[in-house]
Amino acid sequence: MKLLKIFIILFLSLGLSHLKSDEKNDELKSKILKNIRCLICQGQSVYDSESDFAASVKLIVDKKINDGSKEHEIYDFLREKYGDWIIYDPQLNKNTYILWLLPLLLFLAGGAIIQKKIKK
Amino acid sequence: MKNKFSIFVIVVFLSFCFVIFYKGLNTQNNYTPKINEKKNIPTFKAKDFDSDNYINSDKIFKENTFYIVNIWASWCVPCRAEHPLLMQLSKIQSAKLIGLNYRDNLDNAKKFINEFGNPYSQIIIDNNGTLSVEFGAYGVPETFLINKNKKIIKKYIGPINKEIVEEIKFIIK
Repeated sequence: MKLLKIFIILFLSLGLSHLKSDEKNDELKSKILKNIRCLICQGQSVYDSESDFAASVKLIVDKKINDGSKEHEIYDFLREKYGDWIIYDPQLNKNTYILWLLPLLLFLAGGAIIQKKIKK
Repeated sequence: MKNKFSIFVIVVFLSFCFVIFYKGLNTQNNYTPKINEKKNIPTFKAKDFDSDNYINSDKIFKENTFYIVNIWASWCVPCRAEHPLLMQLSKIQSAKLIGLNYRDNLDNAKKFINEFGNPYSQIIIDNNGTLSVEFGAYGVPETFLINKNKKIIKKYIGPINKEIVEEIKFIIK
């Protein structure tokens, strides 16, 4: 009887951990799909789109997650195939440095002005 | 002096904004993919259209020649329009035409080939579209020109036309 109890507890805990990992994969999948642009749709992410292109990308992402690929590896794969445009979150490169550095410069300039005013 | 400096800063800032917006006016709003980048062909395993056997990509692209990969489907209307041009391309000896049947019903695809003719030296099946994503395709029809080093050198999105056929002929001659 004791053995049966232990067996049931073990069985349940294994089942739960499997469910948890599935849940984690689903979360990661929706996070990635929301960050991928559907290239043939107007202003939609792959997550929101029902197009053939989006359906194929969803399958690829699903397969890559199940194969154990990391999030950045999936982005790199898609970037290599379709370029930077496919990812909503732009990387720092020669085309995007103004986008990244301008807010920082404005923030610093604003800070300097405020500090000058306070000193006065 | 301080006033002059403020005016200078405002002028610089407005000029900067002007340049950014002026540049924005001259760039296209729609996404235009880069089509002339040389990329390696993907490695994959796909089902053969005729035999139903799985074949590796290195067996498909084993010869030291140019390859033209055309993504098509029986339900795709522009594919019908470009088919006569593909028949023309199939006559070129220095290139092999590979068909990639995209998200299609096999019976309909076979009917399409029987009705319009088979320009392809080999057809592989892409049931769920994942193979096309490996190629970096957006949909159907799409055509890729692959050189002898097994690199994709040209990508034609949409149906091919006479000019494209001439361009392909010029590249591979």
